Amino acid sequence: MMRELTLGAKTENLEQVLNFVNGLLEEKNCPVNLVFELDIAVEELFVNIAHYAYTPGVGEATIQVSFEGESVVITFIDGGIPYNPWAKKDPDITLSLEERKIGGLGIYMVKNSMDEVGYVYKDGKNIVTIKKNLSDENITE
Amino acid sequence: MHITETRENDIITIAIEGRVDTNTSPQVQDAILKSFQKVNQVVLDFTQCSYVSSAGLRALLIGQKTAASKKGTMKLVHVPEILMNVLKMSGFVNILTIE
Repeated sequence: MMRELTLGAKTENLEQVLNFVNGLLEEKNCPVNLVFELDIAVEELFVNIAHYAYTPGVGEATIQVSFEGESVVITFIDGGIPYNPWAKKDPDITLSLEERKIGGLGIYMVKNSMDEVGYVYKDGKNIVTIKKNLSDENITE
Repeated sequence: MHITETRENDIITIAIEGRVDTNTSPQVQDAILKSFQKVNQVVLDFTQCSYVSSAGLRALLIGQKTAASKKGTMKLVHVPEILMNVLKMSGFVNILTIE
């Protein structure tokens, strides 16, 4: 079964997006560590859309949540400018304090904590997906 | 999210309660930077903090850079296990002072 939420792509709506996703994860008794990792991913991807997809205008974002076997698949859809978030170069996390750049970390953390990430641009829409197995053993260290 | 600041001599402790996300991280950053205008030692207490996203990490990085430029210290205390994972994943364990 797939559940869907469409709302304005603006950061003020972040809490509503997280409440929607977390409510569904709770129904599946998702371990709290994984809820945390998924929240970070959802925040990152939704805020990306809010900040960049429609600038300088405004538009909508759709978040779909479905469960496939033991995994959750979350899909983010927007009609903004084509943008593949996964194409961004990874930050070097071994750099010293002086050399560390501000930003670029969020997408890197999502890539590393999810089992699968995807992107397609289709019919004028950006479609970004993340997939994570919800069984207890699958917690990122 | 709620922030409580306490000052003891030349140390300001900022206790963070709740979630540090895109919308609340500016408050945390503000509290850290304002504290460094008054003292050189800032302690961040995460006892009651349940979530830090990449926006929150950015605030911590800016805080740490400010500490370094002032030759001061920014110390994170009582960091819950669940938050430690994020600090490890981002490599921040190597650039922040965590107790």
